[in-house]
Amino acid sequence: MSSKYDVLVIGGGNAALCAAISARRGGASVLVLEGAPKFYRGGNTRHTRNMRCAHDEATEILTGPYTEEEFWEDLLRVTGGQTDEVLARHMIRESKDILNWIVEQGVRWQPSLGGTLSLGRTNSFFLGGGRAMLNALYLTAEKLGVEVEYDAEVTDLVIEDGMFLAARLKRPIKGENEIRATSLVAAAGGFEANIEWLKQYWGEAADNFLIRGTPYNRGSILKMLLAGGVQEVGDPTQCHAVAIDARAPKFDGGIITRHDSVVFGIVVNKNAKRFYDEGEDIWPKRYAIWGRLVAAQPDQIAYIIFDSTVVTSFMPTLFQPIAGQTVAELAGKLELDPAALEKTITEFNAAVQPGTFDHTILDDCRTEGITPQKTHWARRIETPPYLAYPVRPGITFTYLGTRVTREARMLMADGKLSANMFAAGEIMAGNVLGKGYAAGMGMTIGSVFGRIAGREAAKHARN
Amino acid sequence: MTVCNSCRYCEGLCAVFPAMEMRRAFSDGDLNYLANLCHGCGACYVDCQFSPPHEFNVNVPQTLAIVRAESYAAYAWPQALSGAFARNGLVISIVAALSMAAFILGFAALNDRSVLFGVHTGPGAFYRLMPHNAMAALFSAAFLYAILALVMSVRAFWRDIGPPIGGRADGGSIFQAMRDAGELRYLHGGGVGCYNEDDKPTDRRKLFHHLTFYGFLLCFAATSVATLYHYLLGREAPYPWWDLPVVLGTLGGVGLIVGPVGLFAAKMRRDPALLDEQRYGMDVGFIAMLFLTGFTGMLLLILRETAVMGPLLALHLGAVFALFMTMPYGKFVHGIYRFASLVRYAQERRSEAGS
Repeated sequence: MSSKYDVLVIGGGNAALCAAISARRGGASVLVLEGAPKFYRGGNTRHTRNMRCAHDEATEILTGPYTEEEFWEDLLRVTGGQTDEVLARHMIRESKDILNWIVEQGVRWQPSLGGTLSLGRTNSFFLGGGRAMLNALYLTAEKLGVEVEYDAEVTDLVIEDGMFLAARLKRPIKGENEIRATSLVAAAGGFEANIEWLKQYWGEAADNFLIRGTPYNRGSILKMLLAGGVQEVGDPTQCHAVAIDARAPKFDGGIITRHDSVVFGIVVNKNAKRFYDEGEDIWPKRYAIWGRLVAAQPDQIAYIIFDSTVVTSFMPTLFQPIAGQTVAELAGKLELDPAALEKTITEFNAAVQPGTFDHTILDDCRTEGITPQKTHWARRIETPPYLAYPVRPGITFTYLGTRVTREARMLMADGKLSANMFAAGEIMAGNVLGKGYAAGMGMTIGSVFGRIAGREAAKHARN
Repeated sequence: MTVCNSCRYCEGLCAVFPAMEMRRAFSDGDLNYLANLCHGCGACYVDCQFSPPHEFNVNVPQTLAIVRAESYAAYAWPQALSGAFARNGLVISIVAALSMAAFILGFAALNDRSVLFGVHTGPGAFYRLMPHNAMAALFSAAFLYAILALVMSVRAFWRDIGPPIGGRADGGSIFQAMRDAGELRYLHGGGVGCYNEDDKPTDRRKLFHHLTFYGFLLCFAATSVATLYHYLLGREAPYPWWDLPVVLGTLGGVGLIVGPVGLFAAKMRRDPALLDEQRYGMDVGFIAMLFLTGFTGMLLLILRETAVMGPLLALHLGAVFALFMTMPYGKFVHGIYRFASLVRYAQERRSEAGS
């Protein structure tokens, strides 16, 4: 039994490292198995930049208080009530202390980044971004004596009657094909990079999805757990999906391929028709709906159309907009029907009502007499060159997961508690997020439940 | 740059990224400004999710190191000498060898053998080998030339990087830049230290750079004090060990030996992904010149009452002369351009805060 650990952590992102550190600080011997190579370690954490935590007062980096109640109301609104209130309120309460705890683990904060002022009160930004945060967590974990293995793909989990016994490995580690541990923390993310699995729910449309993170988020651990009798939570079609540039790479395009210019123009589908109110709510609260909206359009493609007057109103992106001196020329470049696009824009322009534009509030610039309406920030598109970004759904992470308790302990399908299995991060995000998203929530779920899972796993192992 | 400007995660790490965000398009002058603002700490490489092996292949420290080296050549005065940067290691070693040889030969030709290898002590001992006025004239000329060339170069740089965004230019910015440069504020990896051989930050390069820089300043101060002694007080070198020029020179000399050795060791260990390896010769050439200056100076101090004083004095003077002559055409200029960039950055920040 040379390779028996107190706690085995599968995964290598924020949730996994918080669990590993917290278990190690709880006195347990800990092994982390990260399926990706070292450079790609950390799954989606690589691409994150902030975390949403409740706080009663402004801090050095946060511009004002964000109470537990306000956090809860935001969560209730974005999920439309599809959340586990007990679990969610517990998470929000614990998030307060995470602001300090995560700093003790070596992570550094900075004031909110340029272009994200609307998050300055609610969200804390990592200095240097998510990879810097990961680097800090790995350094701390290794200093504490946590063992970490990369390229450590798990091929099977031995689970008996709700009890984890061992993980089988694709390549031997220290001469062993199997790792045994007293407790398991599963923090291996969702299945967003597993196109075949996505197709089970989305059909062929999933072929047109772009994956914002690494190709290693294949959900294999989630699948093994569900097959091992763990209770499922969440709608398998629900996920965090945003509109990203259609020219982005299939995987790992990260933050720089997304577009936040929707509110400054209109969005049309491949038939050059508008299909949703572009001015419904302020970015970033509603920014996360556009991935799903585009996914529902024919061929899963859409085009954000705007004119030269708004080019400097939003963050620059990696890809330059496609330009045309006339609407017809632009349509030609986008391979849209020029007459249809001209008609859409003419009708839209005619419907725009006079108002005072202010993109920081829900202003009074709106349309009248067209369907769908644009309820705010509606201005005529009439100053050439006309510009467009082609967009596709960019899947960040999926919400299907394992059901857990407040102690992050997994529940089995028959309703019993698992003896020794805990989950944290995206793999259990569906407990809190039934649908929808608010910026920084994923990291909150990861850090809060990672810390809890590690602590509880260590406690179990030492009893 | 487009990748960086649409990501912005590194904004808090140093001055380069905020300066970048003030611009949407980048002229050559802008790039040279950003490149010289970069201290090469490596944090943005280690923290970047798009650095190699990612297909976007973002490597800010290396890209800026290459631009930086090119900017040194672009602003060199006179332009005819800009080629010196391309083969800098070679140029510096030739100049150094020639200067040392010239001093030795000059001493030998102008002095009797017994003077060159004689034991000289007491005030004016050095000047039995080379008259003080000749020494002062030669080094003043070399020094003034170096200053002229540097001023002309930095003027070209300052014009090329354009007016500051926001338009403010005032004395406070210079003071801010002096503080930023003096403490190497941006050679800190965003607070944890500089990145060297791997992803574990340390502060070694910062420490050794401080030793080198302040060692250099102390040596300069020693020479200045000695010049004042000579002309104002009529006191001639060599001075006793407890006297101000010797104390300053000794402290500075130690800095100039330990600092460059440390910097060289750090350079050897550094992850090549962070460096512009083409410029290896330039970096090492300058480190070597500083080391030689410090080392020969210290030897001269220790052995000044023996028969090797003459040859050692020739070597030391040769090293210092070569250092002055190659200053405008070597790694020394990094400090000047970086300081100018820090002034520009301070101006832009103050404009931003004021607007």
